[in-house]
Amino acid sequence: MPEIRYSKDHEYIRVEGGEGLVGISNYAQQQLGDVVFAEPPPVGKALKKGDPAAVVESVKAASDVFAPASGEVLAVNTEVESTPGLINEDALGRGWLFRIKLADASELSALMDEAAYADFLKTLA
Amino acid sequence: MTEATSLKTPLHALHVELGARMSPFAGYDMPIQYPAGILAEHLHTRKAAGLFDVSHMGQALIEGGDHAAVASFLESLCPADLLNLGPGRQRYTQLLNESGGIVDDLMVSRPVGAEGTLRLVVNASRKEVDFALIRQRLPSGVRLTPLPEAALIALQGPLAAPTLATLAPVEAVETMGFMSVRPARIAGFETFVSRSGYTGEDGYEISIASAQAESFARTLLDQPNVAPIGLGARDSLRLEAGLCLYGHELDETVDPIEAGLSWSIQKRRRIEGGFPGAARIQYALANGPDRQRVGLRPDGRAPAREGAEIVSGAGTPIGAVTSGGFGPSVGAPIAMGYVARADAAVGTPVSLVVRGKPMSARVVTMPFHPHAYYRG
Repeated sequence: MPEIRYSKDHEYIRVEGGEGLVGISNYAQQQLGDVVFAEPPPVGKALKKGDPAAVVESVKAASDVFAPASGEVLAVNTEVESTPGLINEDALGRGWLFRIKLADASELSALMDEAAYADFLKTLA
Repeated sequence: MTEATSLKTPLHALHVELGARMSPFAGYDMPIQYPAGILAEHLHTRKAAGLFDVSHMGQALIEGGDHAAVASFLESLCPADLLNLGPGRQRYTQLLNESGGIVDDLMVSRPVGAEGTLRLVVNASRKEVDFALIRQRLPSGVRLTPLPEAALIALQGPLAAPTLATLAPVEAVETMGFMSVRPARIAGFETFVSRSGYTGEDGYEISIASAQAESFARTLLDQPNVAPIGLGARDSLRLEAGLCLYGHELDETVDPIEAGLSWSIQKRRRIEGGFPGAARIQYALANGPDRQRVGLRPDGRAPAREGAEIVSGAGTPIGAVTSGGFGPSVGAPIAMGYVARADAAVGTPVSLVVRGKPMSARVVTMPFHPHAYYRG
């Protein structure tokens, strides 16, 4: 079973076998509104946790997506580049942005699990 | 956190009830979008009818002895020909500072049957500045009366006219000329209607007493094809229509010629002058402005936002983006900005610097989406 972790900046990382699939949370896509542009990082880029890694833009504004963990970019979602609305339709599924090879799995412990993230969202209301 | 309490329009409770996402704008707590979202709201306005609360804007009357007195006074502040503004007609103009910079842009109309009265609609963010400027210059016998108890509701889109016509069958609002104004009784409400708007579509701006605004808005929203539209889509609609937004394309350093608004200065005023900054404006009319507002189309998909630097093909900075984003009806990013006159020709290749990277773009004609104003 892949496990999903969230950052306080509302990125998620779905971890399976030393790799992580990164996107923005459902809450983040709702806050952003209609996504009209998505720019994942280049494949091969070495990201450090907290680096601005991707850009997601709504009609109104541009938002940085920060790397929730360190690692090299293995693949990017080209479908989301041509159809950015996938992020609104299915943020946790087809709206993923990029996949990384985790450099340090221990970084994940600083992220929130599903339940902790749900509690965190309640504090934002 | 301490912050000044936001003002509320008479439709505030209705926006909240409709599920709007509210945000501060020009001192007011305004709906940015409703649950449908900016894209859907934008597209709805282009194909049906959108209802916009623009009650935050400043409405006022300038009243004096006769039309010549009030029109001459306003002509001392604005470059439009207002003396020859016919009864029931409206013009777009600008309040200018002494160097010809734009203090605000506004609509001026001359209501029928109210001799010596001009009606103004100014920007929310500028109304205090405007009213102070006007008051300071008022000659004796002319007075300014702000109308804070009047709400303003825009109904925009191809189905705006048939919708209003259904609610006011005897008023013939559907045959009102573009940029005409008049009182109209709509669904039993006494209103003052202008056939104009800020979306590029046919439509109306309807002034109504604040106390009746909510029930009037509900009546409109009960009609088929009418949906509430927030400020987010208002901005994307006006950007596609190539229309200026004060504080972005327009400010006190920009004159109307640079802004591409020379069409709003009628011939008599061009020749006679007599408005603030006339020398600069007449010079720019004769010789061309140093910089010009242009439309920009990025070649890629990345929107260039306000503030993005515009660089010439040779790599020289030539200006900045003043408004930019995604055009939902265009289906691509669009922007406006100022560039040096030499780089303003349609087709000129430029780069827009987005997140430190130059993105190729072209100077294009505006509007980005064709206007659909009522032409009779």
